Amino acid sequence: MPLERRQTEGELRQLQQLMAASVMRPLIAGDTMNPRWDDGRPTKNVVAEFIKPNDRLTSFERLEIYNRQYWLRVIDCFQEDYPGLRAVLGERKFSRLTLAYLKQFPSTSFTLRNLGQYLIEFIRAKPNLTKPHFQLALDMARMEWAHIEAFDNEAKQRLTTDDLLGMQPAEIHLRLQPYVTLLELDYPLDDFLVAAKQEAGLRSEASNAIETKRKVSPVKPRQRPKKTKTFLAIHRYNDSVFYKRLTLSQFTLLSAVKNGSSLEKACEETLALEDSENIGDEIRDWFQNWMSLGWFCRSQNLFPNKTGNKNPYGVKYL
Amino acid sequence: MPANPFNNFTEYGIGIGLRVPHYEHILSQKPTVDWFEIISENFMVDGGRPLAVLDQILEQYRVVQHGVSMYFGSSEKLDREHMKKLKRLVKRTKTPWLSDHLCWGSADGRFTHDLLPMPYTFAAARVTAQKIREARDFLEVPIAVENVSSYAEFHVSEMTEWEFLSEVVEQADCGILLDVNNIYVSSRNHSFNPYDYLNGVPAHRVAQIHIAGHTKYEKYILDTHDHPVLDPVWKLYAHAISATGKTATLLEWDAHIPSFDEVHREALKANRFIEKLENKKSLAA
Repeated sequence: MPLERRQTEGELRQLQQLMAASVMRPLIAGDTMNPRWDDGRPTKNVVAEFIKPNDRLTSFERLEIYNRQYWLRVIDCFQEDYPGLRAVLGERKFSRLTLAYLKQFPSTSFTLRNLGQYLIEFIRAKPNLTKPHFQLALDMARMEWAHIEAFDNEAKQRLTTDDLLGMQPAEIHLRLQPYVTLLELDYPLDDFLVAAKQEAGLRSEASNAIETKRKVSPVKPRQRPKKTKTFLAIHRYNDSVFYKRLTLSQFTLLSAVKNGSSLEKACEETLALEDSENIGDEIRDWFQNWMSLGWFCRSQNLFPNKTGNKNPYGVKYL
Repeated sequence: MPANPFNNFTEYGIGIGLRVPHYEHILSQKPTVDWFEIISENFMVDGGRPLAVLDQILEQYRVVQHGVSMYFGSSEKLDREHMKKLKRLVKRTKTPWLSDHLCWGSADGRFTHDLLPMPYTFAAARVTAQKIREARDFLEVPIAVENVSSYAEFHVSEMTEWEFLSEVVEQADCGILLDVNNIYVSSRNHSFNPYDYLNGVPAHRVAQIHIAGHTKYEKYILDTHDHPVLDPVWKLYAHAISATGKTATLLEWDAHIPSFDEVHREALKANRFIEKLENKKSLAA
C-alpha cells in the first residue's frame, strides 16, 4: 500500500494504549463489555475506529472477547491465590473486593504471582469492603501473601552451628530466610486455610491458552474461626509451605532477631516474658529446631574479622 | 542434518509442555520423552519448588524455554529486570533456543497478561524486530517468534499477518516458531486461507512447530489448548513440514490436562506425518 499513509511509531504506542485501556475496562453485569465509554460516547463507536468488524462479529464483539478474557484471567488468578479470603468473606463480598482492588491495582508485573502485592494495604485502606469481618480478612490476606512468599522466595545459604562457634551472643545478629514470615494474628487461621486450599486445588500456571470458563468452583460455606491470638511462622521446608505455630515468647524472640537485635538482646526480651526456670534450655531447643528447619541464613558479612573488614560497630551480621 | 539454517534442532523430535499435573509421573516414572518445553515465566522465581522440580527435570531431559511475556511487539522498551531474570533461567536450562510470541500485552507499565494481536504495519515490524535483536544480544541465545491466535484485526494494518511475520523475522534475522493451530484458529476468525499463510512465510526460518487443540463457537474459534489436535490442524502440520523439513515439534495442552501418557500419545501422532515425509524423500532420492 505505498500510496497510503503509514502508521508511525507514536501512533503504534497510542493504539496500544487505547487497546490496553479497552481490554482492562471493567465489565458490567452479565460479564459483558461496558456499552458506554469513559466520556459517555457509545463504546461501539470508539472501538469501531480501530478494530475491524468481520462478517460474523462487530468491532465491539471482537474486542469484547479480549475484555472478558482479561477479567476471567485476573479474577481466576486472584481466586486461586486467595481461597482463604474467599472463604471468610463469602462469594459476593470477595468478588466486590477483588474487582475494587484490581481496578485500583492492575498488574504491573510480568508475572501474575505478584497480583496481590498491594492487597494488605488496600484492605486496610478500605475497611468498608470487608466489614463486618475486617480484621479476619486482613489477617487472612496477610497469611495468604506470606504463603505466596514462602512458596518461591529465595533460599539463601543456611547458617550452621559451626558458623557461630566462638561467638558471643552480644555479637550475633541473625537473619531470617526471605521465605520466612512471622505473623501475629487475631484469629487461628492455619487449619482454616489448609482446608480452604485443599478445596481450591492447584494454582494455575502461566500459559498462552485462552480460558473459556472460571476454573475455581464455588466457595463452600465454612464456620469462621473465633478470635484467638495466634502466632505463626509461614515457611518452606523441602519445597513445601508450612504454617508453624509459635508461642508468644518464641514469636517475640524471632521478631526481635528479625528486627536486628543481637541474640543477647533478643533473649533478654524473651526472658522478661517467661517465668519458667528452664527457659535457657528451652531457648536453646527452639534455636536448634529453627536451625534444623534452615530458617537462618548467612550473609556476606559473616566473617568480617577474617577478611580484615572490621565492622565499626563490633557487630557480626549473620 | 538440519533442515534449514534456523533449525539446528531437527533431532529434537517431538516434545510436550511440562505441566504441574505431570510432575509426579515424570519424576517417578522417568518416561522417555524427546524434550520438554517450559513456560519461562513459571520458573522465573527466586527459589522453592518450581526451581527444585526444574533442576530434577534438567538432570534427565532436554528443556527448551518458551515465554509468554516478553511482548516483542510492545511499543514499550524491554524490561531490564525481566531480562536479567530470564537470562538467569537461560543459563540454568541451557536452552538451545528460546521462543516468545509475536504480540504485545502491556502499556504504560500495566500488564494484560494476554497475547494481544499486532497491527500489521511497517512501524510495528521495525519496533518488534529491534526488540528481538536486543533480546537475542542480551540473552545470547537464538530466538524464534511465534504467531499468535487472534480474534481482532486493526484498520491500520498495512499487510497480511504472514507478510508481517516475514517482515519481522527478516529484519530481526531470527527464527519462527510456527504454530499451525494458531494459523488455523486465526484463519477461521479472519477468513483467510491457512495454506496462503503457510506458503507465505519463509520456511527456512522455521525453528520449531507448535500443535494444539482449540474450541469452536458459533461465530469464532478460541485457542483453548484443551483438546486433542483436530484433523484440519494435522493437515496444516503435514503441509508445513513438507516445506520446512523435519522440525522440532511440540504439543501444547494447558487446560483439562489428561494423563501424561495421553498427552504424550497425542504428541507422538506427529511422527506419522514426519515418517511419511521421510519416506517420500527416500523414494525421491
